[in-house]
Amino acid sequence: MSVSAPEAAASPSKGFRLDLKTAGPLLALILLVALGYALNPLFLAEGNVTNILTRSAFIGIIAVGATFVITAGGIDLSVGSMAAFIAGVMIIVMNWAVESMGVSIWTVLMGIGCSLILGIGAGFINGFLTTKAKIEAFIVTLGTMGIYRSLVTYFADGGTLSLASGAREIYRPVYYDSFLRIPYPVWVFIVVAIIGWVLMNRTAFGRYCMAIGSNEHVARYSAIKVDRVKTWTYILQGLCVSLATIIYVPRLGSASAATGVLWELEAIAAVIIGGTMLKGGFGRVGGTVIGALILTAIGNILNLTEIISNYLNGAVQGVIIVAAVYLQRGSLSARRKKAAE
Amino acid sequence: MAGQGEPAAPVVLAAKRVSKAFGEVPVLFSIDFDIRPGEVHAIIGENGAGKSTLIKILSGLERPTSGHVELDGAPVELPPDGQAVNLGIVVIHQELNLAEHLTVADSIFLGRELKSGPFLKLREMREGARRILETLHVHIDPDVRINTLSVADKQMIEIAKAISRDARVLIMDEPTAVLSVAETETFFEQVDRLKAKGVAIIFISHKLDEVMRLADRVTVLRDGQLIATVGTEALTPDSIAQMMVGRELSNLYPPKHEPDVDADTVLAVRNLMAPGVRDVSFALKRGEILGFAGLIGSGRTAVAEAIVGLSPLDSGEILHKGTPVRFADVSKSVAAGVAYMTKDRKGKGLLLTANLKDNLTLLTLKRHFKGPFLDDKSETRALERAVRRFDIRARDPSVRVGQLSGGNQQKLMLGKMMEAEPDIIIIDEPTRGIDVGTKQQIYHIIAALAAEGKSIIVISSEMQEVIGLAHRVVVMREGRIAGILEGAEITESEIMRYAAGIKQGGENERISA
Repeated sequence: MSVSAPEAAASPSKGFRLDLKTAGPLLALILLVALGYALNPLFLAEGNVTNILTRSAFIGIIAVGATFVITAGGIDLSVGSMAAFIAGVMIIVMNWAVESMGVSIWTVLMGIGCSLILGIGAGFINGFLTTKAKIEAFIVTLGTMGIYRSLVTYFADGGTLSLASGAREIYRPVYYDSFLRIPYPVWVFIVVAIIGWVLMNRTAFGRYCMAIGSNEHVARYSAIKVDRVKTWTYILQGLCVSLATIIYVPRLGSASAATGVLWELEAIAAVIIGGTMLKGGFGRVGGTVIGALILTAIGNILNLTEIISNYLNGAVQGVIIVAAVYLQRGSLSARRKKAAE
Repeated sequence: MAGQGEPAAPVVLAAKRVSKAFGEVPVLFSIDFDIRPGEVHAIIGENGAGKSTLIKILSGLERPTSGHVELDGAPVELPPDGQAVNLGIVVIHQELNLAEHLTVADSIFLGRELKSGPFLKLREMREGARRILETLHVHIDPDVRINTLSVADKQMIEIAKAISRDARVLIMDEPTAVLSVAETETFFEQVDRLKAKGVAIIFISHKLDEVMRLADRVTVLRDGQLIATVGTEALTPDSIAQMMVGRELSNLYPPKHEPDVDADTVLAVRNLMAPGVRDVSFALKRGEILGFAGLIGSGRTAVAEAIVGLSPLDSGEILHKGTPVRFADVSKSVAAGVAYMTKDRKGKGLLLTANLKDNLTLLTLKRHFKGPFLDDKSETRALERAVRRFDIRARDPSVRVGQLSGGNQQKLMLGKMMEAEPDIIIIDEPTRGIDVGTKQQIYHIIAALAAEGKSIIVISSEMQEVIGLAHRVVVMREGRIAGILEGAEITESEIMRYAAGIKQGGENERISA
């Protein structure tokens, strides 16, 4: 390999490739915003923007967790059911607290504590089963997905679990109130995203996730505690689900078998649209955040305009997901061609 | 050899003034190349000389930027994506292209299954596979799955596949890189057989002795230029090596500095039992290079992996500087200063999709913290140091490691291991599939480390390498130590005798010493 000559030639192609990878999702979001505004100027009204951000917070927070799981080569299908299950148990615990101790701020704090414990615990179970019992993540989380979904249906006796009105009053602000004109859920989303970004890009944990997703053997031979890191990604995922649930419960004050349905797919979609590779090895938390915003914006635009029925929301999202992955593939194969000596 | 017997045989495949550039980067300059039926033509050159690109052009995987390819004397535009198979041009890549879960028969007929209507004729295919394997004198059951076969057997399946496709030109990229001595010999017989059938064989190799043994003609490339195409009889391994690197390679192996007689024993292994390892005992002194020779699968890698905690240890004792140790995993052994460098650099050594820096520091990431965060500057400094120390050549540091040549990957892996500053270094196949120039560099690095007082175990299937480097040589066979050789005993024939089980024992007296 001659040393000097290729340098000049390699750089322009690299610039192009960075464009697609890093700026691609952002570019898509900007286009989407422009389209939304063109179709209905109300799209950029402050109320609507806040609305989009708040709604994207649930999926976004969960998707930040999913970014780690997927980067490390895993998958977690149980997040939607897990959210419903946690919401159900939270409501049961809070209602019980209201009955036995009356309504106070502690009622809500108990619910939140319960949510955190359940989220971390459920994540640990997924991680433990994939790493120690050596069952494929897809199967493990498919199993736990069914378990949580049916448990919440059982708790609700097929109907809906509703939060006692006293507790609802205290809990309500967590979803509906704002700080500096930004709703609390958005703050939680922002904080989770920043911590996630730092964790992925500035700590050994993030590097290890990428290494494991890229090649588990190499990671093991490089003195990385593969099982431990993988388990942590699931715990992190559980924690994110728990946080998302904490801000979700006060929105409706209820949980049922229909809570969080298909959240797992939306979360995974946000991760993939953001440029993280489904087979692992490369994770982008920033992209995930944008992915979540794109998904919510699509739904919102369809709501605001009459061109396409809102019922086709899923179809539009589906097209976007497939297109996003196709674009990633395209930039990959271009690179592979250049790889030849 | 046979090729010169009938010089009249018309050229089957030729490259005429073929040049190739990737973007602005030229990699081949006006190369002429041809091959006749029944001829074996070797292409040799350092890594990055353009060998792979040339065979890609000859097989249609790449298109020349200028010049053209001729098949049977007529210019052709070879179809891309491996379709050249239909013209009788078959490539066997270094990374074998077999679906691990299919059976042998499935694999041989993959893509052109025998069918009646929509249904597969399973019995016919099985019989066909058996017939083909028989003509190759290979005893493999057509019903077993590929993932149960050894690498050598997989390669035979690839050859069988090629033959079943009536290959006229068989192109092989480093066919013996992963084969043991005995397997290589079988492979040579196979080549002779194909040659007798009139198949034209092109192969790339870094092993000059096998080039001398197999090839009728040799084409030497250097930096994309055609240096020469010569008949093998006019060559010696030295003259080929010289043409390849363009300089004299008088001292491939550095001089040996024997460790002091009374040097401390830094690692002692006693009666080690582990998966693939049966009752192994040996000692390693400070400043010593201990060679591990033996056939592939004789348990050398298994010993190394058991020592560093990559595989479970059933029984036995490991003394590290006099204290018994049992490393639970690699992080423990690395912390104690014992590092193992895998032979499988693509599968277990390096993250091919990551850049140089991330690979270099992966083993020792904890040294690059600033508080809880990673210190990018410190990592970059580490890379600069390693690039200088190990002469790692990359277009730019952000390039993916998968794009580096084998030699540079190997040097990077060496750098990664040395980041951990180990005292005891176990290197498994230090120079597999890399060019002579880089080999020489790696040998000198190993010798320099030993001279610094590091203790090194070199596991190698290249006997010359073990002989050239090691102070003592442990020969393994079927999981056991067949013998430990010292000084003048270290010869190719002696090693072979122990490795093949012709000679045995003697190890017990020596280990007690």
